[in-house]
Formats: sequence, C-alpha cells, structure tokens
Amino acid sequence: MSTGNMNLTLKVWRQKNNNTKGALVDYKLADISPDMSFLEMFDVLNEQLINKGEEPVVFDHDCREGICGMCSMFINGRPHGPKDLVTTCQLHMRSFKDGDTIVVEPWRAAAFPVIKDLTVDRSAFDRVIAAGGFISVNTGNAQDANNLPIPKMQADAAFEAAACIGCGACVATCKNASAMLFVSAKISQLALLPQGQPERYRRVQSMVAQMDAEGFGNCTNTGACEAECPKGISLENIARMNRDFASAKFISEETI
Amino acid sequence: MSDINSNIPEGELTSKWTKYKSSVPLVNPSNKRTIEVIIVGSGLAGASAAATLAEMGYKVKCFCFQDSPRRAHSIAAQGGINAAKNYQNDGDSVYRLFYDTIKGGDYRAREANVHRLAEVSANIIDQCVAQGVPLAREYGGLLDNRSFGGTQVQRTFYAAGQTGQQLLLGAYSALERQIGMGKVEMYTRHEMLEVVKIDGKARGIIARNLITGEIERHFGHAVVLGTGGYGNVFYLSTNAMGSNVTAAWKAHKQGAYFANPCYTQIHPTCIPVSGDHQSKLTLMSESLRNDGRIWVPKKKDDNRKASEIPEDERDYYLERRYPAFGNLVPRDVASRAAKERCDAGYGVGASKLAVYLDFKANTERYGKIEASKAGNHNPDKETCMRLGTEVIKAKYGNLFDMYAQITGENPYETPMRIYPAVHYTMGGLWVDYNLMTSVPGLYCTGEANFSDHGANRLGASALMQGLADGYFVLPYTIGAYLSKEISVKAIPTDHPAFAEAEERAVGILNKLINIKGTKSVDHFHKRLGHIMWEKCGMARNEKGLNEAIQEIRALRAEFWSDVRVPGTADELNTELEKAGRVADFIELGELMCIDALNRNESCGGHFREEYQTEEGEALRDDENYAYVAAWEFKEGVNFELHKEELKFENIKVAQRSYK
Repeated sequence: MSTGNMNLTLKVWRQKNNNTKGALVDYKLADISPDMSFLEMFDVLNEQLINKGEEPVVFDHDCREGICGMCSMFINGRPHGPKDLVTTCQLHMRSFKDGDTIVVEPWRAAAFPVIKDLTVDRSAFDRVIAAGGFISVNTGNAQDANNLPIPKMQADAAFEAAACIGCGACVATCKNASAMLFVSAKISQLALLPQGQPERYRRVQSMVAQMDAEGFGNCTNTGACEAECPKGISLENIARMNRDFASAKFISEETI
Repeated sequence: MSDINSNIPEGELTSKWTKYKSSVPLVNPSNKRTIEVIIVGSGLAGASAAATLAEMGYKVKCFCFQDSPRRAHSIAAQGGINAAKNYQNDGDSVYRLFYDTIKGGDYRAREANVHRLAEVSANIIDQCVAQGVPLAREYGGLLDNRSFGGTQVQRTFYAAGQTGQQLLLGAYSALERQIGMGKVEMYTRHEMLEVVKIDGKARGIIARNLITGEIERHFGHAVVLGTGGYGNVFYLSTNAMGSNVTAAWKAHKQGAYFANPCYTQIHPTCIPVSGDHQSKLTLMSESLRNDGRIWVPKKKDDNRKASEIPEDERDYYLERRYPAFGNLVPRDVASRAAKERCDAGYGVGASKLAVYLDFKANTERYGKIEASKAGNHNPDKETCMRLGTEVIKAKYGNLFDMYAQITGENPYETPMRIYPAVHYTMGGLWVDYNLMTSVPGLYCTGEANFSDHGANRLGASALMQGLADGYFVLPYTIGAYLSKEISVKAIPTDHPAFAEAEERAVGILNKLINIKGTKSVDHFHKRLGHIMWEKCGMARNEKGLNEAIQEIRALRAEFWSDVRVPGTADELNTELEKAGRVADFIELGELMCIDALNRNESCGGHFREEYQTEEGEALRDDENYAYVAAWEFKEGVNFELHKEELKFENIKVAQRSYK
C-alpha cells in the first residue's frame, strides 16, 4: 500500500539565491506510489537528499489541500502540472506514467523573483491588494447583514471571482507575465456587490496603477491564464476590469 | 480551589460584557499613535486584530511565516461560521448558542467567555458582509444558513465549502488596507522565536527572517499571539504543513501557562490514510453530514462493494445510537462511534479503517423535489438521481472534486470512505477574561488560546471565535492594559533583555545545525506522531500514557543527539525551520500526555478508557475535575499544575446526551 512501482526522472531547477544562476539538475526516483501527491513525491526526494548529505529542494507549500495558494511548481511547461483545475498539491502521481521524465521549474516572471530553488517572491500581489482591493469599512460600523439583500445570481458571481487563491499561475503561464486575471478577480468581486460601489472607480484605477508599477505585463487576450487557473477564474473578469477602468477614466469624475 | 484569577467581571452573566465595555479604561487618540502592538500570526484571529487595532490608531507590527498573510491556515476552513442571528426563525438566541457551546464543550469551558462569544457572534456576520465577503444567499437576496453538529437550529453561515477562505480574505483585505496606509508594518516569511520580557512584562519578540536567516528584535508595548493550534504534534492532521506550536511554546517557557493541552479534536469525516508516504490528512466538511448518512455493513469483514450491500444489511450506527441528533451528533461522539465500529471489525476499504458517508438517499430526495418543481410529480429513480446530483454538486462540488482528486474514486457514484483525523486543539495558552496570558502584556487569541470550547469544539465555532477575539474582544480588553502603559516610551532594542532573548534563540539554531546526526527532522516528527496517535489519541489509558511519556523523553534525547539539519542558519533553510518546530512539539507532546494522565475522567475529546458509561459514553467527574488545568513550565522540561475552578451558575451541569 505504501510503496509503488513507478520509476521517474526529475529535472529540477536548483538556484541558491537571487544573486546566483540556477540550472536544472537530474534526480532518479524509484518505487513511487500512484497514490502520492506530487508534493509527497518531492518529500521522498528530499528525504533521499538529506540522507545522502545533500541539501533538499526548497519549494513553497502549506495547506496541501488546494486552497492556501502557496504551492507553485511549473511542471512540464504548465503551472500546477498537466491536470486542469488543480493545484500542485492536489496533483497525484497517478497522472504520470512509469518511466516519465518530469521537468519542474519555479514560476517565471520579472515581478516574481526567484528566492531559492522553486520558491519565488509573490509579495507584488499583496501590494496590489493594499492599493485598493478592499472596502473601506472599519470594524464596528456595520448594519445588520440582512438589511442589504443581494440577488443570489450577483452574490454567486462575486463568490466565483472571490475564489481566487492568489497562487500566481496566471502570471506564470502568460507570455507577457500579466497579472490581469488576479487583479480583475478582486476588482470584479467588489464591483459586483453593492458594498463595493462607493469606491468602485477609485479602486480600479489604483489597483491597475500598482499592477503596472510592479512590472507585470499587459493582457493580449491569449486566455492561457483562464485555462491554467486552478480555480477556474473567468476571463470575463478582465473584460469587466477593462470596462471599469475605461469608465473611470472617461466617465467618472473621480480620477486619480 | 482556584489558584489563578480569571478576572471575570462581577454581575449578571448577560450584562457582564456590556458593562465591561462601557467601563473599561480608554486610551486617547494621541497616545494610541505612540503605542506599539506586535501581533504574531495573520489568520482570522491575528489579521482581524491587526486591522482593527490599526483602525483604532495603534502602531501595529504583524508577523507571519508564510509568504503572504492570506495563506494562514484559517483559509482552509470549509463548512461555516455560527452566529445567533435567528434569521431562520427556528428559536435561536444568544442564550441558545451559549448553551449549545457549553454543552458541546462537555461543561469544561468558562461561562463568561462563551456568553460573550455568543453575544458578539451576530456582529461578525454584519462586519464580514460589510467587507464584501460573498456569503451564500437565498433567491430572496437574504443570507442562507445550514445545520451543523451539536445543535438543533440552523445558524451556520457559509460560502460554499470555502467559508474560511472568504472570511480570511475579508480580514486580509482589511489588513492590507491598513498596510497600504502605513498603519501596519507587515513582516512576511518571519518566524517568532522568543518573547522578550522586561520587568515581568512582555515587551517584544525575537523573529527570524526566513529568507536571509537574520535575527531581528522588535519592541511592542504589548504582544498578541494568534498563532493557531498544535494539531501537527500528531504529524498527520488536517493542519497545514507549517502549522506549529513554537510561538505559543516559547511564550509558555517564558511563564505563560498552557491550559488543557490534552483536549484535542479528532474530526470524524476525513479522507483515510492511503500509505506511509502520507504527509497530511484532508477534511471533508462537517456540512456533508447534513446530507450524508454514515454506515458500515452489519456483517463483519464484509468485502462486497458498497453498492452490492442491500439496505437491510447496513448499520446506520449514528442514527441507531443517537436518534435525536442522528448523523449530526458532535464531532467527538461521531469520531468515537466510527472507531468503535472499526475496532469491532466492521470497517470498510483496504485498510478496514474507514466507514461510509453515503449521499444516495438525499440525492434521490433532492431529485424528487427538483422534478416536482418542474411539474413531474412521478419521476423515475434515474431522473431523481440525475436531478439530485446537480443539487449536491451545487452545495458541495468543491469537496467532491477534492475527494475524487485525492482518492481517484467518484463520490457521486460510490459512497465516500471516511475516518477520524486530528483537526483542532481546544487546549492552548491560558488566558483570563481579557485574553491576557499569565504574562502581563502577552495576549493570546483564536485557536492558540484555550478559552471558549471546553473539551470539544462544535463545528463552525472556530471561525466565530477567531473573528470574535480579533474584531470585537481584544481591541477592547487590550485597552485596559495599554491605558496604564501610556507613559512608557518605546524601549530601545539594545536593552539587555533583547540581547538575552536573542542569545537563547540563536543558541537553539546553532545547536540544531551542529548536531549533524543521521536522521531527518521528518523521521523524528513521524515517530512522535505515531506515539501521540496510538497513546494520546481518540482513546487514552493510564498504562499507555505512562509509556508514551517515557517514549517521548527517549525520543527527545535521541532528537537532540541525532537529528540532521543540512545547510546553514543564514539562508532560507526549511529543514532548520522544521527542526525548531519539531523540538517544541516533542516537549508539548510530553505535556499533553501528562495532562491526559492527570485528568482521571472522560470529557469531550479527552476519552480515558477507564472512565466510560456502560454504553461507552464519556463519563465526567465534576466533583474532582471541573477545573481548567493550567500548566507552568519549570526548569528542565517539568511542569507544575495550577487549577482554575469552573463555576456553572447559569447552566445546569448534566450528563451530555444526544440520544
């Protein structure tokens, strides 16, 4: 039950820190079980490396149930690997075959510098949220929640946008390293809700400005972000963001 | 009998908090600007407190070990959050939520704290909706509710199976707003390694920058720990890989009492272990018990597929044993019942350590309703199942997908296999009514403290407590302390107390690096987890606990002589991070066993095999154990017991019954 019979060759990006050059390093793994998650397969690799006196591969991960957004491996040319709608931690080895060679790299984007091995710095996302991804309400001033009925369709649409886990797969897969799917998901969530209206046009301008300042690229409507998003965040959000951005610039009195 | 003071205000239970709020000393706005508060942890309890204190005008520093505050493990909470709104008009009230929580905790929680929690529960929902948290709604546009275990009303608010995510992102956005305004300084990828005490008061922390390995000193007039639970002491749990006890344990070693460490929540519905490679366990939300029926075959070692076992050969053991609550009994009761069936030889699946959670009956029922809505009043079974599956998908789609992903089985066609797993820890740092630990100026909120859930937490109450503490309780109670600190100028971090604390922290890091032993950190963690699960898990007994204490002491000695930590301390070194955490888990594990051994009764999640009723239910001893066990750390690894007596003045203490 515990050991399996898959033999694999891994090509893993190793890079000591941001000041040094990295390279792909080959590792052989034997007796991998198809029931293991991809990260558990990396646990096996790291245990082997430690036992040999080598340094383990550093990678980001935490909840291992597909919701924290921390894991971030670029597997065989696709963020989070070959399956649709899953994060790396939810990818299982039954998606691979005995004898496979698997190439594992970090997210690649100028705005996500490599920290070590497969770990990158995604703090740019936090700064974009800090620029306006909120409703300005202090604790203790809220009215009764049911005083503000919201049509179910609208609430559900806001929820779908809010399901983004901030992993950065959209940026990693985009040829322009654009963050527009991530940014538009938050803008859409709040733009779809009545609570988000007072700051709607201010928000879109300041978040887009911060997004540009971080060095993310522009959107050229390829749609790779939507295809690779583990949570199925829709391209419609980008369209909504662009509409709001245009409205803010040309219609709204509130330009920043 | 109490030798510690919980500082509960005088007066009627129902008016204590209101009176407290209107009489607590305040800090004026200009003084707030010079008062610094350190918050460790950015989950529901930490982020909500950091945002609220910054809104009030305090200077806040917030720390988390993840790469962003949005990753904290509150994000993984699935099912929901309780609030006494009575939107369903089913008889809910503050008193009823208070009563259910005290009873659910098997009469081992503090009345005053729990009542306050119930009082502020409704404000949480209002606050989150105002932030734009998209909670589930009905077609009329009003908020929807679902049922959770241990209650007979529908008071649980939710956002599909991602309630924790949505609430945390709400708190995170409030926090980021304050960060953007420069009112909170956020330190991500930082781990707290020591509490700094000056003249007996908490005055700061030592933190390690996890990227560079630099050791940093940070001053605060007060320090708040919202650092989560310690379930990972069992190695396998539903916690995130990084969840740890280190901040709380370092505080414990500096004088903060650790309360009721043996109260662990084993959640009944998790995906079973599939092999030795397993690194963590995944929860299937308690909300599934709304629509799933739990059963095992009536015949021992029945190897037929679930679909081949006819209805009359299935044992719906929860419905059989607990007709009043059925599949919605509290977690401790449901977990023990599953273990009892499996131990008796009725388990299913390859490991025989699993029971079925079956959605078929309710899928068909929903299908009938849907068909009827569409005008078909006599639908065939196939139509019912097809339509019903759509309803189930809408309610629990993400959970079903997750199950399919992990097990490779389709839960829409065959019943889920589930088994109990470590999920939550009711124990934690002892705090008084103000959420202050036994170290003045050191506060503890959320799962990291012990205060509100007694010996068993009810479903959907963790999110409630984390946000209650952070948004509505701590911001008031910390003012009482800080109002006396306004004349204290920021203490420079070259003060000898900072140097000493830093020396302690660096000493441990160097020691770990220099052992250069033969076994990995995970090797020791797995062995510790095995001891804890076998001997301090769902059932404990005197003999096993005594053995466990000896085994853990031996493991501690072996760890400190044979662990291998590659790399250096001045770089990103995940093995070094894990080693420090496992070292603390080993000490905590011993204390958990000592606490379990001391408590000669069964209550909630603490089940001592020697103390049970004839029907196998937990048998409390209110005469001798109606107290909070608060342990003080002593030189070496030794512990001294202090007792806080629990007084029940508003609830009649009774044998807990869900029959």
